[in-house]
Amino acid sequence: MRAAIKFLSAGYAAAIYAFIFLPVIVLVVFSLQSTAFPIPPFTGPSLRWYKAVLGDARLTSALANSLLVAALSSFIAAALGFLAAWGFARFTLPGSALLRGLITLPLTVSYLIIGMGLLVLFNWAGLPKSLTAAGIGHVVINLPLCFAIIYSQMGDHQINIERAARDLGAREWQVLTMVTLPIMWPAIFASLFLSMTFSWDEFVISFLLTRFDTTLPVEIWNLLRSGLNPKTNAVGSMVFGVSVLLAIAFELILLRRKPA
Amino acid sequence: MSEALVEVRNVSHRFGATEVLADVSLSIAPGSYTVLLGPSGSGKTTLLSILGGFLVPSKGKVFIRGEDCTALPPAKRPTTTVFQDYALFPHMSVGGNVGFGLRMRRVARDERDRLAREVLAIVGLPEAFGRRPHQLSGGQRQRVALARALAVEPAVLLLDEPLGALDLKLRRQMQDELKAIQQRVGTAFIHVTHDQEEAMALANHCVVLNRGRIEDEGPPERIYLRPTSRFSATFMGESTIMPTADAWLAIRPEHLRLSREPGTTRLGEARVTAVVFQGGFKRVTAEATDGQAFIAKVPAETNVAPGDKVAPSCRAEDMIHLER
Repeated sequence: MRAAIKFLSAGYAAAIYAFIFLPVIVLVVFSLQSTAFPIPPFTGPSLRWYKAVLGDARLTSALANSLLVAALSSFIAAALGFLAAWGFARFTLPGSALLRGLITLPLTVSYLIIGMGLLVLFNWAGLPKSLTAAGIGHVVINLPLCFAIIYSQMGDHQINIERAARDLGAREWQVLTMVTLPIMWPAIFASLFLSMTFSWDEFVISFLLTRFDTTLPVEIWNLLRSGLNPKTNAVGSMVFGVSVLLAIAFELILLRRKPA
Repeated sequence: MSEALVEVRNVSHRFGATEVLADVSLSIAPGSYTVLLGPSGSGKTTLLSILGGFLVPSKGKVFIRGEDCTALPPAKRPTTTVFQDYALFPHMSVGGNVGFGLRMRRVARDERDRLAREVLAIVGLPEAFGRRPHQLSGGQRQRVALARALAVEPAVLLLDEPLGALDLKLRRQMQDELKAIQQRVGTAFIHVTHDQEEAMALANHCVVLNRGRIEDEGPPERIYLRPTSRFSATFMGESTIMPTADAWLAIRPEHLRLSREPGTTRLGEARVTAVVFQGGFKRVTAEATDGQAFIAKVPAETNVAPGDKVAPSCRAEDMIHLER
């Protein structure tokens, strides 16, 4: 009986993980195909299609664009999120709970709605479709996330530490840069890497807000319109690889607990 | 007495509708060890926060070295605070912590490291300079917090229940050291606690607070032997309190006898309710038929048990008259 339950639960777990990871595995395996179609039988392994991706100027420039947008937008989102969290945690503001709710609200709004809203707004403001516009969109979606992560880690136990710094003569900017920021590093880095991950493979907003220069997910979508091709598998695998690296960085930083 | 170092004039403070300090005036001499003693909610921590500049009182003024500091921020006053939870900077070494105040005063690195080592030696932690706060024990962190606050040579050092987080044995040990350090550096210490033994051991000036008011103030010996209010007679050590026609009589437990002895006054009859053996003595509580409670400390070898009939008495000069 025990053994049967153990067997069943192991089988169940295996099925769940297969369900989650099989598509990615198929994607990665057929990116190593040596023939022209990403369908069985498997003819690889070969790096032919990776070479093709790296030789494709449109894809490599889209890759560079994606990296740039991800890095800049997540840096801005983390910086603004940190300042907002610090403001809410350390000062009594009128309607604080309501404002805090409002700042995290975009987390619940679909990217499509946010993208459409920004499109209309940028149109009205005269900001053309561009990587800048997409980057601003990524700040909009990632700022609430950064705020939520950093705010949750900004505990009351740090209030006295900041007070001690002030008591010893630190000015407000010194308290922020020499005490609050170093103590909050893990949460700030974690939110930075998570935002990078989200910006890196975000499609809808980039699709709506860019035109000539665009990001990698949008370029992949362009590629897919002309049918399946191991090149799309190869570039998809690369996107997946970078996401995994960012996610690992996030986990390492957030889950690494310092001794108390 | 020399001129006051700290002068608190008619300070009142309220949080919303609650008055936590009511017209408190206090004067603190240079080089003194002042203990603000009171139960929780007595306003002692609020008073310390006002002295440290973390709170601006609703009313009244605070002068330090003759200068009006009432609304001056903590950084600009000649005070530093040792926080109850130590509030050490976790990302800096012990040396970095102790030198922080000097760094804010733009003291060059070599000089501040030298001074930090000096202060660490004073608090008995000369070897901790390069270590991190999380590598230290509670008692050691306490010393680092003390060293950090002393390093900038404040005129007044404020300590907010500094020994509250330590276990009893360590607390008694740190008490002796605090007193020795204070005498060595000569800085005025103002120390908040609810522990009356701590107050008696440390203070040369004890301020008993209750419900935002100063109940009693003076040397601890005087407050213990001749308390001026019913509150300080029961908070600073225990007392038997007996009503008289227009006032209260307080008798310290060590002065209460359980039987009539030559030269003592009889206080009635009572039945023993509890006997607690405490090593050097027994703590006896008794109750008369009219509900009057008695507390006595008797020699450990005294033969007494719950239910015994006793006749409490004491010498007339040991009765303390308290105004109602």
